[in-house]
Amino acid sequence: MEWLITGIILTSFVVLGSSRLASSIRMVALQGGLLSILPVLSRPSFFDLHGLTLFIISFFIKTVAIPVFLFRSLKQAKIQKEVEPIVSLHLSLVGGGAILVMAFASLRAFPLPTAPFPPLIIPAALTTVLIGFFLLVSRTKAITQVIGFLILENGVFLFGMTIISDFPLTVEMGVLLDLLVGVFVMGIIIYHINKTFDHIDTQALSKLRDVE
Amino acid sequence: MNFLIASLITFLAASVFSLLSRGEKPKILFSCFGVVVGSLLGLLPAVQILSGEGSLGEMWFSGIPGLTLALGVDALSAFFLAAIFFLSILISIYSIGYLKGETRLISSYPFFPVLVGAMAAVVMARDGFLFLICWEVMSLASYFLVSVEHDSREVRYAGWIYLIATHLATAFLMVFFILLWKNSGSFLFEDALRRLPLSPSLAGMLFVFAVIGFGTKAGLFPFHVWLPHAHPAAPSPISALMSGVMIKTGIYGILRTLTLVGGPELWWGGLLMILGMLSIVLGILYAFVQEDIKRLLAYSSVENIGIITVAIGLGVMGLAWPNPWIATLGFAGALFHIWNHALFKGILFLSAGNVVRTAHTRQMSLLGGLLKPMPVTGALFFVASAAICGFPLFNGFISEWLIYLGLFQGGQDFNHFSLFLAVAGVVALAFAGGLAIAVFSKAFGVIFLGNCRNRDITKITEVPASMQIPILILGLLSLGIGFVPQMIWGPILLTVQSLHTGFAIEATTIVDSLATISRIVAGIVGGAAVLFLIRYWILRKKPVRLSVTWDCGYIHPTPRMQYGAASFAEPISTFFKPLLKPILHSKHFTEYYGDLAEERFFVPLFKKTTRFFSLLRRLQKSQTQDYLALMFVTLILLLLWEVWFGI
Repeated sequence: MEWLITGIILTSFVVLGSSRLASSIRMVALQGGLLSILPVLSRPSFFDLHGLTLFIISFFIKTVAIPVFLFRSLKQAKIQKEVEPIVSLHLSLVGGGAILVMAFASLRAFPLPTAPFPPLIIPAALTTVLIGFFLLVSRTKAITQVIGFLILENGVFLFGMTIISDFPLTVEMGVLLDLLVGVFVMGIIIYHINKTFDHIDTQALSKLRDVE
Repeated sequence: MNFLIASLITFLAASVFSLLSRGEKPKILFSCFGVVVGSLLGLLPAVQILSGEGSLGEMWFSGIPGLTLALGVDALSAFFLAAIFFLSILISIYSIGYLKGETRLISSYPFFPVLVGAMAAVVMARDGFLFLICWEVMSLASYFLVSVEHDSREVRYAGWIYLIATHLATAFLMVFFILLWKNSGSFLFEDALRRLPLSPSLAGMLFVFAVIGFGTKAGLFPFHVWLPHAHPAAPSPISALMSGVMIKTGIYGILRTLTLVGGPELWWGGLLMILGMLSIVLGILYAFVQEDIKRLLAYSSVENIGIITVAIGLGVMGLAWPNPWIATLGFAGALFHIWNHALFKGILFLSAGNVVRTAHTRQMSLLGGLLKPMPVTGALFFVASAAICGFPLFNGFISEWLIYLGLFQGGQDFNHFSLFLAVAGVVALAFAGGLAIAVFSKAFGVIFLGNCRNRDITKITEVPASMQIPILILGLLSLGIGFVPQMIWGPILLTVQSLHTGFAIEATTIVDSLATISRIVAGIVGGAAVLFLIRYWILRKKPVRLSVTWDCGYIHPTPRMQYGAASFAEPISTFFKPLLKPILHSKHFTEYYGDLAEERFFVPLFKKTTRFFSLLRRLQKSQTQDYLALMFVTLILLLLWEVWFGI
């Protein structure tokens, strides 16, 4: 299971360091795929109904539906293919490293029972959440905001995994549905911002400020 | 319980249907008849419980882990439910007539069933979480109904003040419930009752928070500032509902708190009595100097909430002393006055609504002589005025009599500071009783007697029957309770006993004296009837000539020369000038009375707060990313703090 969790951390690093939108989307899709396998492995048998349903639905949403939708809006909005970060890519990677170190160092603040997962899952989840947040802060394009939001959600999902046995299936489904709807809404907004302003740079929204 | 759930669902459905339907007729029908049906459904179990069939079991909803939402009805809830549902039925019948032609009010009226349902749910909630949800729904629904006429600046201002006041109150209540939750580990009221006793300091703090939070909703001095703004702004049926029952949910909260935080201490009762007395005295003084009829009624609500609070404070002192006899009298008087106030304040606001509706002004100095064109409204306004002043024959007398009885008993049995408070309570009640007569003779006299002061107001006719009958029912009940007060003594005693298990009082003496009161009242009525017959018999053959009142020899008297509202108030307002601090505009010959609590406390407080927060405004940045970065840095710092220093 550890290789899956490591993969999840690595994919978020790839997103952090990539300058292309398309590869970022692909990496998020890969991360979602890795994430959806986890609950199946945590079950004693493969044919567990709860785990299997969760796998199918989350795999469909995270690796098929959302990336396809993002690619479509990428094509529709005719966006330039670069990421355009505020913080340079190298510095982002260094920041990601700092986040990783901090997350592992603060492991003792979360004395949670992680079985059947390895204890690695807690710092991994924290890293993913914080990297997602970092992406939200350091990227300006609306579509990179969506990507950051997705990675943040993946981290939350990873956290939720540790208490999966306590959570009813409906709550998980609710979270997934929420995510899907959120991405749809954002996609539509991207499309409309693009149509109105000819670009999707969220910096242009600063005119909405009420006090100069 | 099924009936009550059905009633809540009816309110919700009425609101949704009324919101979705197009056209004015269906909107009115859905919201008003929905409330009638839902209230009837809910009234059944409430009356059943009050007639002594035991409280209804609780219902649990547990969808979210770690949280249980509970509904339940005991005697205390049923007591308030009965008032809420009964008044709502009458007000929704009244609204059918009132809403005709009020386009804007109609489009906001889907909030009316929501408000009624939320009030019912507030008193049915059995856990802090659900309570706060319903409390907020109630506040927001009433806010939307208050600010219906939002194109006027005054109304927007009033709505704004109401919204801020109610949210500040909720903030205190949140702290209250979270502290309770920290202590017992659960939001359920039942668990709060079962856990270990609170430490005295924590219990006292909880009580103070509850008094501030609930007192704001109830309109207790000095938290009453929203009342005189919101009531003139709100449409009359909504004012009647808010003043009649919504502010009583604050009183319900204080009573419920007493059952939650354990055995009361003496100073709690003292605090309630002091706040109550301040509300009584200042409320009635401010009521006296008002020009606007609905503002006058709002201040009168402050006074009546003060009376109820003094009675509760007396009951609490009786519990702490312990003196079950005084406690019973105090709580019974408070509960009795809650129902009474719902009745007569309902009449007053609805009949004021009739006046405003026909004359299109709330300024009393522009009105006059309305008794002739509007006999039913005028007569009912008179009945309610007499009741609110506490005259025998009417219901207000009975509750004030119970409270006086308790206070005098306190004067005998208490000593030290409690004795002082009991005596001061008697003085405050007597002072307010006298001034109440002045206030309402001014209101009734200026509006309904004499001649109309404004020549523009012509063709005043009585309102349609649907706007008379609800008030008539309230008036008859008010008289009925004044005649036969023992008929509702049973439910009140039941509710008092549910407040505290220690009450095992044989209250037969009270029932006996209530029966005596009803005999005396019958005697008065009989005597008056005899006198009237004698007068009729004497005047039978003599000619009757109509003539003007003696007008000091003026040759050309005009209606504007009549004794007006300000002339009525002048002697007393001169006497209390240092306290009331009128602001004179000699250019326009107007006088304005600001509110002490508002101008001396809240306005400076909010000015200072604004200055403080304007510093924070500099942090406002232009980009989303900047805000996100702020959040990010905060999160990281909190995480590091948690990890390296621990909390």
